[in-house]
Amino acid sequence: MTLLLAAVGSDIATAFVEIGFLALVLSGLSRLADKLGITAVPFFLLAGLGLGNGGVLDLGVSEDFITLGAEIGVLMLLLTLGLEYTSHELRAGLRTGLTPGLADAALNFTPGFGAGLLLGFSVPASTLLGGVTWISSSGVVSKVLTDLDRLGYRETPSVLNLLVIEDLAMAVYLPVIAAVIVGDDLWNTAITVAIALATVVFVLWLAMVWGHHLSRGLARASNEGLLLAVFGLTLLVGGLAQRLQISAAIGAFLVGLALSGPAQERASALVEPLRDLFAAIFFLFFSFQIAPADLPGVAVPAVLLTMVTILTKVGSGWMGARRAGVGVRGRVRAGTALIARGEFSIVIASLGVALADGAELGSLAAAYVLLTALVGPLAAKNADGLSRRFFERPRRPAPEVGTR
Amino acid sequence: MPDVSETELPGLGVRHEFTTDSGERVGVISRKGGRRELVVYDRNDPDVCRTVMHLSVDDTRTMAELLGATRISEVLTTVQQQIEGLTIDWIRLPAASTIVGRTIADGRIRTRTGVSIVAVLRDTETFPAPEPDFELSAGDVAVVVGTSDGVEALRTLLTA
Repeated sequence: MTLLLAAVGSDIATAFVEIGFLALVLSGLSRLADKLGITAVPFFLLAGLGLGNGGVLDLGVSEDFITLGAEIGVLMLLLTLGLEYTSHELRAGLRTGLTPGLADAALNFTPGFGAGLLLGFSVPASTLLGGVTWISSSGVVSKVLTDLDRLGYRETPSVLNLLVIEDLAMAVYLPVIAAVIVGDDLWNTAITVAIALATVVFVLWLAMVWGHHLSRGLARASNEGLLLAVFGLTLLVGGLAQRLQISAAIGAFLVGLALSGPAQERASALVEPLRDLFAAIFFLFFSFQIAPADLPGVAVPAVLLTMVTILTKVGSGWMGARRAGVGVRGRVRAGTALIARGEFSIVIASLGVALADGAELGSLAAAYVLLTALVGPLAAKNADGLSRRFFERPRRPAPEVGTR
Repeated sequence: MPDVSETELPGLGVRHEFTTDSGERVGVISRKGGRRELVVYDRNDPDVCRTVMHLSVDDTRTMAELLGATRISEVLTTVQQQIEGLTIDWIRLPAASTIVGRTIADGRIRTRTGVSIVAVLRDTETFPAPEPDFELSAGDVAVVVGTSDGVEALRTLLTA
């Protein structure tokens, strides 16, 4: 409402011009990323750095729209994540992937958390940084696997199962960290965390048991009706979750999980363009808040953190693939496919804006995502070459060692 | 049929695979939304695919038809074998047949032989489940189902 009231007359013209210009810039970047075969997220972050505060352009009027759009973007990202999996897949993932999932969490959360403490961050900020380094980008990973024609490969199910576990872990991590951030003393924090977890478990149970009634009701709706219903539900549940201090994002995730069957398939297709639009705004908005001048300061930690967590991620991919009985090359392929961090690392880092060390955390996360999202797909593509170089001794002058 | 194993690919689809008689490991990946991928595993490194073929929804249908063409008669044969005593046959009506120009009801086929005419093929047209007042003409092919004795009796009746 304030947006509408503020943006009258010449203001609205300025807002249109600003937003239109930004959208066109993002479109060009997205095409460039597509041509290079990597995710557009790092490019959007760079665009935000270049155009935002202290950058070339200062956006005034459209700020309200972009702020709200960014918040909706987070909800849409989590909604599509929830829509991606059926409850059957989630249960199967939990059954087979719990051990590799725990190892993955231990291996990849720890470096971020430790780095945060070393850099003098507070415990909440360090916990956020741990989340940033932990969660692989399921979007980038499945795109990389699809583009490289690796869906049939033996290690692929283990990689995808790890993503399922990570995404489920988000359902616990996000509300907990949201509670930790708002909590002032230990006792209050513990209570909020307990309430948050209980609510998540309750809603998750509700979604698993009663979700199909909702889905059956929605399946009969027209495209327009379904889109509006899913969008409305997401915002409504997200808003209520935020009220309960659980984080709106997790509400959106649970709405996605609750949908199943034909309603789920149609909703995923319908929501995708909305997600692309609002998520782009979110990435832009996130990097608007980063002062480019801060970046050189975080460059060294970002590079070190990238190097360490590339190794730990390859480690967790390796373990998962080995459990599936896959050979050394497949293990390296699985590990490298998982290197890329992306959208959810940014979502996690954005939770910390209000913290005292939020700005530094934001810059570090942006630089970190930039690095891993660029290195990850490249490493995945050349995984077999890496295995030959690091894990295989040239036993005999076999033809495959040569030119292939 | 060899064992077909199923693997979930969470968020992307499902993979089915089996080993052919010649020892080739073959898989079909069914993506969400209906696209398929046909993969053949490498004999030297069973972790990777030697060939990956992308099929659209239409391609999948074409492919299934090409592969399935011989299977249809196979299925009919097995149905025939499974239901003991059941015979499915094709009978062409010669121009001299007494039934030509008359309807199925006129010929009292079912009453006399216990055999049903389930379809009639005429030139390129197919008439599935013809009504009793369907008029037969010379050159028609009747698809009949019944006991083997009944079908033989009908054959002599129709071709006489």
